[in-house]
Amino acid sequence: MNKPKRVKSPSIDSVDMYMDDFVIDLDDDLLSEESSENAEDIQIEEPKRRKRRETSPRKPKSNRNREFLVVAYSFLFLFLSLTVYLCYFVAYKSPEYVSSSYNKRTGALSASTIRGDILAADGTVLATSSVDENQNEHRTYPGGEMFSHVVGYYIHGRSGIEKDANQLLLSSHEDYSEQMQRIITGKKVRGDSVVTTLDSRMQAIAYNDIGNYFGAVMAIDPDSGKILCMFSRPYFDPNTLEAEWESIVTDQSSSRLLNRCTQGLYAPGSTFKIVTALSYLQQGGSLDDRFSCSGSMDVNGMTFHCFNSISHGNMDLRKAFAKSCNMTFGTIGMELDSKAYRKTAEQLLFNRELPVDFSTYKESSFDVDADMADDLVFQTGFGQGHTLVTPLHMSMIASAIANDGVLMKPYLIDHTLTESGELVKTFLPAKADTLMTVEEAQSLQELMRGVVTGGTGTVLQSDIYDAYGKTGTAEFSSDKEEAHSWFVGYATNGNKKLAIAVIIEEGGRSSSLSMPVVKDIFDYYFAD
Amino acid sequence: MIHFVVSISRFTMLLLFAIYTLDCFLALRMHITEGKQTYYFVKQTIEMFLIMYNGIFVLFLQSHNAQILFMAGIETVFFLLVFMIYGTIYESASKCLLNNMCTLLMLGLLLQTRLNVEAAFHQLLLAIFAFAITCFIPYCIENIKVVRNMSYLYAVVGLGGLFLVLLTADVTYGAKLSINMGFISVQPSEFIKLIFVVFVASMFTKSKSFSQIIITTGIAVLHVLLLVAARDLGSAMIFTLTYLIMIYVATKRPVYLVIGLGASCVGAVIAYALFVHIRTRVIAWADPLSVADDAGYQICQSLFAIGTGGWYGSGLGQGMPETIPVVSKDFVFSAMCEEMGVLFGICFIFVCISSFLMIFNIALELDDTFYRYVAIGLGALFGFQVFVNIGGVTKFIPSTGVTLPFVSYGGSSLLSMMALFSVVQGLYVVKQRQEARSDE
Repeated sequence: MNKPKRVKSPSIDSVDMYMDDFVIDLDDDLLSEESSENAEDIQIEEPKRRKRRETSPRKPKSNRNREFLVVAYSFLFLFLSLTVYLCYFVAYKSPEYVSSSYNKRTGALSASTIRGDILAADGTVLATSSVDENQNEHRTYPGGEMFSHVVGYYIHGRSGIEKDANQLLLSSHEDYSEQMQRIITGKKVRGDSVVTTLDSRMQAIAYNDIGNYFGAVMAIDPDSGKILCMFSRPYFDPNTLEAEWESIVTDQSSSRLLNRCTQGLYAPGSTFKIVTALSYLQQGGSLDDRFSCSGSMDVNGMTFHCFNSISHGNMDLRKAFAKSCNMTFGTIGMELDSKAYRKTAEQLLFNRELPVDFSTYKESSFDVDADMADDLVFQTGFGQGHTLVTPLHMSMIASAIANDGVLMKPYLIDHTLTESGELVKTFLPAKADTLMTVEEAQSLQELMRGVVTGGTGTVLQSDIYDAYGKTGTAEFSSDKEEAHSWFVGYATNGNKKLAIAVIIEEGGRSSSLSMPVVKDIFDYYFAD
Repeated sequence: MIHFVVSISRFTMLLLFAIYTLDCFLALRMHITEGKQTYYFVKQTIEMFLIMYNGIFVLFLQSHNAQILFMAGIETVFFLLVFMIYGTIYESASKCLLNNMCTLLMLGLLLQTRLNVEAAFHQLLLAIFAFAITCFIPYCIENIKVVRNMSYLYAVVGLGGLFLVLLTADVTYGAKLSINMGFISVQPSEFIKLIFVVFVASMFTKSKSFSQIIITTGIAVLHVLLLVAARDLGSAMIFTLTYLIMIYVATKRPVYLVIGLGASCVGAVIAYALFVHIRTRVIAWADPLSVADDAGYQICQSLFAIGTGGWYGSGLGQGMPETIPVVSKDFVFSAMCEEMGVLFGICFIFVCISSFLMIFNIALELDDTFYRYVAIGLGALFGFQVFVNIGGVTKFIPSTGVTLPFVSYGGSSLLSMMALFSVVQGLYVVKQRQEARSDE
């Protein structure tokens, strides 16, 4: 006993209670349970018991163990929960935070990651990055001007998919050994590729058919919400954007950076008769109600005409819609209860956020109220007035009608892949909203079918699909000869559907300019 | 080349720290020879220095600031001095606790150097100052015996101090914490924590009668109310929980623990209903992203940091911890996770676990009731302080603003935590010497 015990490091004999010997300690504890509460105080004065401690140091203290064990295990439990939570956060919750636009770190991430590729649904490369020997990154856009708006850019700010999928493009899900190798060799990690829903051939048709006009083409698969075509002209060449930036942003007249599909606000013209008709039906109107048209009408001191001042005579709602009779829909607009009219429009997502994930788009607007001048209400009925829409929004309305009232959320990103082609994440179709009842959708389908079978859209008649839609010419200036050419509608072959919205700016007084684009796209889509 | 070193250092530092953490637990197994144990402790000390030099090297490579190297020199001398003093004067002190204290301090200085070299230098001087004072604590404990009888004096000092804070303190981040004394600002609650533990221990050593429990609880509640009034919610939480642990250990009656927890919950609900700033905290905790530019700003920035850093971190100097408000103080754990990785952070948590388990062990070893209560109280204090801090910055619990022991910037916190460890060491040294004497 000459060697003092203190030389030995402390607590060796008791820490085991948290370790392998825990069970034994607990047993000791239970055995000595009956010993008096103050036993530990007595021990100090009792040399005999102290002696015993040296041979079996833990025993006399075991009646303290219970509290200490409870306390120690409570703490262990707290800290282990904290650790498990932290792991859970990193593994599952952190992407939501990391991708937040408030996180300033994504810019820093690009220093260690090569931006991933952006692909069309068929694998066509729309954007890709290469690195030189100094690890400097260079981004090229094989998709060029044809995909310029939808793919976007990421110099001087970001737009399009480059903006919305930024986090996906900068995350790498290569396996760890691969990532480690790159870190050791000092090479950058390649971010995941984003595969879009875009149909590169449909996009090419839009690109070719729109020719020298300005305009926009939106096409959505109504069953899934996949965006197959999103084309806007005038466009820019993303490969030379850096050099041309100054001249592009200073050129106010053509707004080449503007994606007209999502941000172009246009008067809907006669395509708005879809909304007016729906409100009329909701307020008790019927497809069989009869109207008469003399080709022109005076309202509140203003004279309005039907197209070419043609008198449509006496007809039901079906024919008025098919022939696009302005007098009928102007009259309906004035008769409608303005509150309910507005409600119908808002039900169709006017004056509201659209259920899309794009960070940049414009909301459509619709305005009518009881105090509004009659001539303005009259015009509102056939899509002039104060109403403004985007092609994206009109294609969504067509999509919901084709889908019996159910709107699937439109989306552009289908899935992401690692560089070696392994699937990382798939984005599934999701229902966004029900815009109208099945009956209402079917009535609108009947009206829109009439446009193709015996109205202004007969050019869309086909053996391989049934087209539905509404044509429109939207006046945008006091010059009556200048107007935008619209088509909003869809087609189906019983198997698959395609909803579409096309606008050709300054396409003249007829809707004839938008129709060939629609027809080519339908012909292509339903060909196989 | 720099990128390579920074990247690879994430893994070398993590590996070293993981081995260190493992050694904490390996060294404390039963049936282990003294020699083997010494081997682990020496190994840990070497690992600590390696982590430090690795980190310093990474930081120096990126900044080429010679002051970093200068500080590394001072730190080396300082830590060697700490080990020497404890090794010779307090030979029987717990090497595990000593290693952990130095390692936490070293990590703190490393992170502070990363965030702000000037502030880190200041922190280093404070650490030296704090050690110069606290190294006498074990000696005092052995030689001054009156401490246990002055229970009401502690209550007066504690309550008086908190009251003074309430009256005179500056408001920082919505809470009244520190008293500005011209050249230096002091956070009295950091020290009152320790005094409070000694107060409770001395009360329960005197008597565990029902009336004594009522009086002690009443005074404890007063402490907590004063803290709530000063909006120092984190400290209020730590005081409450520490008191509950102490009353449970002293009375051995779980019923007090249950009643106490129940009463605390009721208190929390009342506070939630009464105070807007508490509701704001809870909202920011429940869904920080929805208030990301307002009440949830800080916690969101913290989660961005931890999430973006991921398992392995971005590498020292490669992240953006400066986007987190108060990163050098309360949110320093987020900076650690961002740049050194969440796995490093988890190792850190385990080092803290080993520290409070060690303190509980020492408490269990002590035969003197007063000392035992003091030790268990200080162990609980340390444990809760770490838990409330890390839980707060990771959104496990609402953030309440307490410091991370030894790592957060700030002299009061550093001094009080060093005092805490020194007291525990002192208690153990006393016990070992008594035992040695009685053996002879």
